[in-house]
Amino acid sequence: MKYVALVYYQEQLINAMSEPEWHALNQECIAGVERLTEQGYFIAGQALQSVDHATNVRVRNGEVLVSDGPFAETKEQLAGFYLLDARDLNEALRLASRIPPARFGTIEVRPVRELPPKDQTGDAS
Amino acid sequence: MQVQASIESLYHRYAPRVRATLIRHLGDFDSAEDALHDAFAAAVNHWPEHGVPDDPLAWLIRVGHRRGIDQIRRRQTARRHAHLLITEEDDEPEPQPIADDPLRLLFTCCHPVLAMPDRLALTLREMAGLTTEQVANALLQKTASLAQRIVRAKRRIRDAGVPYETPDEAELPKRLPDVLGVIYLIFNEGYSRSDGDSVVDVHLADEAIDLAQSLARLLPHGEAFGLLALMLLHDARRAARQDAQGDLVPLEEQQRHLWDKAQIETGMHWLEQALALTPIAPYTLQASIAAVHAKAVDAESTDWRRIERLYEALYRCQPSPVIALNRAVAVAMSDTPDAGLALLDALSSHKQVVTYHLYHAALADLHRRAGHLTDARHAYHNALALCTQGPERRFLARRLAELDQTR
Repeated sequence: MKYVALVYYQEQLINAMSEPEWHALNQECIAGVERLTEQGYFIAGQALQSVDHATNVRVRNGEVLVSDGPFAETKEQLAGFYLLDARDLNEALRLASRIPPARFGTIEVRPVRELPPKDQTGDAS
Repeated sequence: MQVQASIESLYHRYAPRVRATLIRHLGDFDSAEDALHDAFAAAVNHWPEHGVPDDPLAWLIRVGHRRGIDQIRRRQTARRHAHLLITEEDDEPEPQPIADDPLRLLFTCCHPVLAMPDRLALTLREMAGLTTEQVANALLQKTASLAQRIVRAKRRIRDAGVPYETPDEAELPKRLPDVLGVIYLIFNEGYSRSDGDSVVDVHLADEAIDLAQSLARLLPHGEAFGLLALMLLHDARRAARQDAQGDLVPLEEQQRHLWDKAQIETGMHWLEQALALTPIAPYTLQASIAAVHAKAVDAESTDWRRIERLYEALYRCQPSPVIALNRAVAVAMSDTPDAGLALLDALSSHKQVVTYHLYHAALADLHRRAGHLTDARHAYHNALALCTQGPERRFLARRLAELDQTR
């Protein structure tokens, strides 16, 4: 089964970190991904730039609307994601608990949803 | 490529034993699970080049143990609890797989500090090897809730300091019933759910039988054999218990040629083993009762007198009103419905009994056999009001309708 682990934390906690602390956290994340890969769990994943760099796109009435956001009211911000191949939800939770920001943020684990098969569009005649 | 495929098959063969041993060495489920996967990852790297070791199980446990210790150290350093660092590896004895490890795991999953639903969930996932999703599906629970239950149960085991061990001779009589009770509950969950109302990809009855088979192999105890025999004999009637519409068929109306003869024979074999060790014990006695039914060529030739005596012995082991209820039914069948009704009447002061739908169902059936149609109708209505399971409800409603036709 595939699961996505979404990493959320308060960016202000990160901003308050010293340079060596930030460096150590990054190295820990790199080692964590290495281990997940070695163990065959890691499919894909990426850390994200801070929400200051986020841009939203919406289409309303055929019009493309672009805006900044999300805004700082939200308590924790999305900081990265992992796509994991785990045996079951409990295994995915165990792996997610190893993601370093789990110690000060929240890792949301969601099973992936497979889309239904594509409609047949061949000639009906 | 070939080594790759053989690692895959070795994983299926050895993972449960490596896991059970690593739990003993590393002290908790999650560290063991992590270490297990590190060990297999190391095997994928190492074996294609250096060949599969002579004793893959010992190799995996050794590597898993070393990796597990490394991880625990790293975490402790990260938490700056250097004073908690475990002792140097040199002092540690070489980790060894012990044949008992799966048994320790089973006793831990069924430990009395856990609530019954936790024991069920943990046993199915950790011992039977089902996924969280399969367990949730089989127990008709939400996956996310069940996952939380499993996480909390493991924490409870750690916090309560449940020792990872098989009870010794002195404690076994007290602890074995816990394990047998969990397995039997899993079986009954499966038995009552095989109703075609819900699509379940796992048959809990099969899982329970598999668990009892491993238990019987690891712990040659009469009641373990008795439970296995009981479940095999009951489950042998699976195909006859429902008609084509998925409706419940009572024992006396079952097409006995649909019973699984080979499975009955296996059940009888285990019952013999059980009788040699624990003839007068709850599961062995229940298996003996199931065996009387299995031996009868048709409902009429059932030795009800023997069943009645077995229920009497069972009642002396476990004086529960439910067993008294079954005994009353046996008396009704071997003697007269009125004799059974007199015994049922004596049970009506038990609150546990009068809220139990099968009490009213039994009452209804005996009144029906005795020709007391008004009392029978009344009891069927009471049974229906208390019964929640689809197939049983349909069966009771059908009986009630039959009575109304004979009016």
